[in-house]
Amino acid sequence: MSSTNKQKDPLFGPRDMKLLKTPFSKENPIIVQVLGICSALAVTVKLQPAVVMAISVTVVIMMSNLIISLLRNTIPPRIRIIVQLVVVSFLVIIVDQVLKAFAYDVSKQLSVYVGLIITNCIVMGRLEAFAMGNKPWPSVLDGLGNGLGYGIILVIVGFIRELFGSGTLWDVRIMPEGYVPNGLMVMPAMALILLGIIIWIHRGRNKELQENE
Amino acid sequence: MEALNIFIKSIFIDNMIFAFFLGMCSYLAISKTVKTSMGLGLAVTFVLVITVPVNYLIDKYLLQEGALSWISSSFANIDLSFLSFIIFIAVVAGIVQLVEMFVERYSPSLYAQLGIFLPLIAVNCAILGCSLFMQKRDYSNIGEVFSFALGSGIGWLLAIIGIAAISERLKYINIQPALKGLGIAFIITGLMAMAFQAFSGIKL
Repeated sequence: MSSTNKQKDPLFGPRDMKLLKTPFSKENPIIVQVLGICSALAVTVKLQPAVVMAISVTVVIMMSNLIISLLRNTIPPRIRIIVQLVVVSFLVIIVDQVLKAFAYDVSKQLSVYVGLIITNCIVMGRLEAFAMGNKPWPSVLDGLGNGLGYGIILVIVGFIRELFGSGTLWDVRIMPEGYVPNGLMVMPAMALILLGIIIWIHRGRNKELQENE
Repeated sequence: MEALNIFIKSIFIDNMIFAFFLGMCSYLAISKTVKTSMGLGLAVTFVLVITVPVNYLIDKYLLQEGALSWISSSFANIDLSFLSFIIFIAVVAGIVQLVEMFVERYSPSLYAQLGIFLPLIAVNCAILGCSLFMQKRDYSNIGEVFSFALGSGIGWLLAIIGIAAISERLKYINIQPALKGLGIAFIITGLMAMAFQAFSGIKL
């Protein structure tokens, strides 16, 4: 791509760094843009599925951003949603088959949530907001940044829930012998409350994100 | 009897929002007033009741292993289930479009109520999620699938109206500024999910 570019942008300039960095905090897809909550909460009972899910979503966002960005001038605007859905579901089928082949246990735990990456709003949101109007390379970086921003929240929630809910991390026992697992942590309710607390802390530190109605 | 059991179970125990977190995005974005949440909830229920049985028939007669044997016995060992994601989402998007056109033509008043929500629903994870759960759980006939879809829709409707009613009241409460809006919405949903856990174990 860069060889055909006349003005020779640097392959990784400061603007690209910004694309990677903002999704971590200021524009985090989950806690600021409120996208893709469904899967974020459901797969975080243990750390391992959370990490696998984060990687899968990152791969899907990057690849779909790349494909849509390459096609962006040929897609008629009226049918763009359908085109995007087809591209995303094609990628998700590949991810699902790869997981079934190489990580069968995790794929069983993730169950329907792998398929639900298709309707994950982060993917569609990035396609609409970024890939439809930008060149392929920035789109890939944007996908990577948003995927990792999504992943970091999953890992934090998964870490807390597995540590206190099962007393383990990555299925290795961490807590001392006498620790009684906190059953509430593995319940769906606690995932919601934990995410609420993360948002609370994040907004406490970033005053400009607070909602004043 | 089994169908009734599935119906009750999918409203209260396997609630789409409180147990599986499906459709959270539109749930958090829309649930500001009871009226709009009612519209969205009805639209979701409506689309679920149509798409899930259609996807069931497609899954049963086209995609499952051996499903094609009704055409010719030589197709009996074909397994197309890896295609289910793309087929299901295509069916959902197509039916949402059809429903939108149909409602616009025959019931303008319903269209005015649901209109703006219908296009959003195509990418609502509750719809696709419901179809995927249907595939996973192996319901034995279309009546059970229908009651599952209806129950899930009503459960979703209940949840979204509950949160909307609470957030209407929250306007008058002095909440810590960092917790306002999204943060408190999550915590309330968590508390509601705990309340719904009291239903677990109910069996007719």
